[in-house]
Amino acid sequence: MSSTRDTLESIALPILALAGGVALFGVFVWFGGRDPLQAWGLLFRGAFGDAFSFQNTLQRAAPLMLTALCVALPQRAGLTVIGGEGALALGGLACAALPYLWAPPAGTTGTVVLMAAAALAGAAWVALAGFLRQWRGVNETISSLLLGYIAIALFKHVVEGPLRDPASLNKPSTLPLEEALRIGTIGSHDVHWGLVIGIVACMAAALWLGATTHGFATRVVGGNLRAAQLVGLPATRLVVTACALGGAAAGLAGGIEVAAVHTAANASLIVGLGYTGILVSFVARHNPLAIPPVAILFGGFLAAGSLLQRRMGLPDASVQVLMGFCFVLILASEALRGRLGVQWRAAAGPKAVTA
Amino acid sequence: MSLDATIDVLIAVLGGAIRVGTPFLFVSLGECITEKSGRINLGLEGVLVFSAMAGFGASYLTGLWWMGVLAAAFSGGLIAALHGLVCSLPRVNDIAAGIAIMGLGGGLAFYFGKPLIQPQAPQIPTIALGDWFGGGSGSGAVSSALSINVLFPLGVLLALLLAWGLANTAWGLKLRMVGDSADAARALGTSVNGVRIAATTAGGCIAGLGGASLSLYYPGSWNEGLSSGQGLIAVALVIFARWQPMRCLWAALLFGGAGALGPALQSVGVTGGYYLFNAVPYVLTLAILVWTCSPRRSLVGAPQELGVMR
Repeated sequence: MSSTRDTLESIALPILALAGGVALFGVFVWFGGRDPLQAWGLLFRGAFGDAFSFQNTLQRAAPLMLTALCVALPQRAGLTVIGGEGALALGGLACAALPYLWAPPAGTTGTVVLMAAAALAGAAWVALAGFLRQWRGVNETISSLLLGYIAIALFKHVVEGPLRDPASLNKPSTLPLEEALRIGTIGSHDVHWGLVIGIVACMAAALWLGATTHGFATRVVGGNLRAAQLVGLPATRLVVTACALGGAAAGLAGGIEVAAVHTAANASLIVGLGYTGILVSFVARHNPLAIPPVAILFGGFLAAGSLLQRRMGLPDASVQVLMGFCFVLILASEALRGRLGVQWRAAAGPKAVTA
Repeated sequence: MSLDATIDVLIAVLGGAIRVGTPFLFVSLGECITEKSGRINLGLEGVLVFSAMAGFGASYLTGLWWMGVLAAAFSGGLIAALHGLVCSLPRVNDIAAGIAIMGLGGGLAFYFGKPLIQPQAPQIPTIALGDWFGGGSGSGAVSSALSINVLFPLGVLLALLLAWGLANTAWGLKLRMVGDSADAARALGTSVNGVRIAATTAGGCIAGLGGASLSLYYPGSWNEGLSSGQGLIAVALVIFARWQPMRCLWAALLFGGAGALGPALQSVGVTGGYYLFNAVPYVLTLAILVWTCSPRRSLVGAPQELGVMR
């Protein structure tokens, strides 16, 4: 009974917080002398209004699912890692750079090899933050963000230097991937297969955490490190593995963005997908099964951003403000946990007596 | 690289230590106060960006540089106060709240700062130390290295004042007590959350001065790439400085020098590893964290209530 209430609360609190964030955004826009109703309407229409915008939303949601996993998996092992942006950049770079060294077989096999390279690059980068935590006690939130900045510097150095395609004049890029190595769209839609990969990855992560001994051990380490050490769990290995899996997801996101959307590694890859993934994971309460719907919602907000810009003349940072409000309220809503239930019980109490 | 070029780079790095180090100094002093109260504010990155924008905007609109500085300090305090309030709610983790504030501060800054990217604003005046020594006859590089913005001496004074105040005043004692044992503070009737909110807000005001130094002195303009992690590096610097204000000063100068390396090399024509040289401060920070931290013992001088160190 009480677990049903807990589940209801776990769904109701984030929805309340997100509604609060959207409401606050309306007030914010209204203070700027603009019509909040129009802003809310555009947010909805730009995200889910018609088939075109919904496909745009899904396209943006795909990498968010994977970068959210980069936060959720380490978090379940007790680490707050926010280096998804760097892992994504390196993943995209690995995917674009591998063909320089070795020509992968054309077709699906080659694409799989490229994706594996992207995942490996991301895994190594985030595992490093987990390793520094376990080895030297370096705070992983700070180190993963620093590693992210370093990764982006490396990315720019390589893309604008050694691997630059001489034909890319205005926007330095690597050589475009061959047609046969790219990731295509699903049927006749605009949405590419990355969406499926993202959803499958989230389901696999949920299975790993919920149904395997290894995943269970990881959750024990994340829940109570002392207890985990008392029963002899290899905490360091489990933590570093969780970080590596998260990093692999973010690296894969970079690889998919290159192979399905941009066809080459360039600055368009670094647009904050890793940072938005942090918020997605927090809203989903680091539950992999909740990540896909939340990622679709925030993919929708990102998709609606350009509409807000064009129709209302709002700055392009509007969506970032909206997401900032949502993030603060999501965290603040934790303070209400347990209290919603109290109010329901209080409301239900007198009725039970009169009946 | 020729000898002349090497000397030019050295002078530029030394001058840059102060120029680039000023924001590091203010943010690390602000974070020092915040962490002394037992809370971490990762959101100072957001505070830095927002206050840089607000300072630039105020200086541009009023035409007075000191109005910009005041506005930067005020707005920095405002954003930090939000962090302090959110962290005071039950079950809110200060690291997560810091990440949220980082995003919100950046978003608000880019939102309001959109019309400020083009214009020029009155800048913070400089004190030309070069004139005192060389009578104005020194070379351009030397005199530019020796011209110091008025915020830097203020920061040095602030570091001295904080070091003294933390050790010798009732306020300092209260702050350290809240940071070392919340239970003891409660037993003595001190409001733990009250002190922490006050410390976080004060820290934000100080960090805001760092923002003013970014947008009103060096680089001296407002754009969306103005701060890329300086606030975060400063948070890490406080660990390196063992929560001592005077050590924050030396650490800030060291990092200022590291941050000035990229532009200095570029100015003498070394452009090859531009992005890599600009990443030096991040690598240095990481190396210092690996060197300073230890998994087995808590750090000397660390506030005991600081979650990040446990």
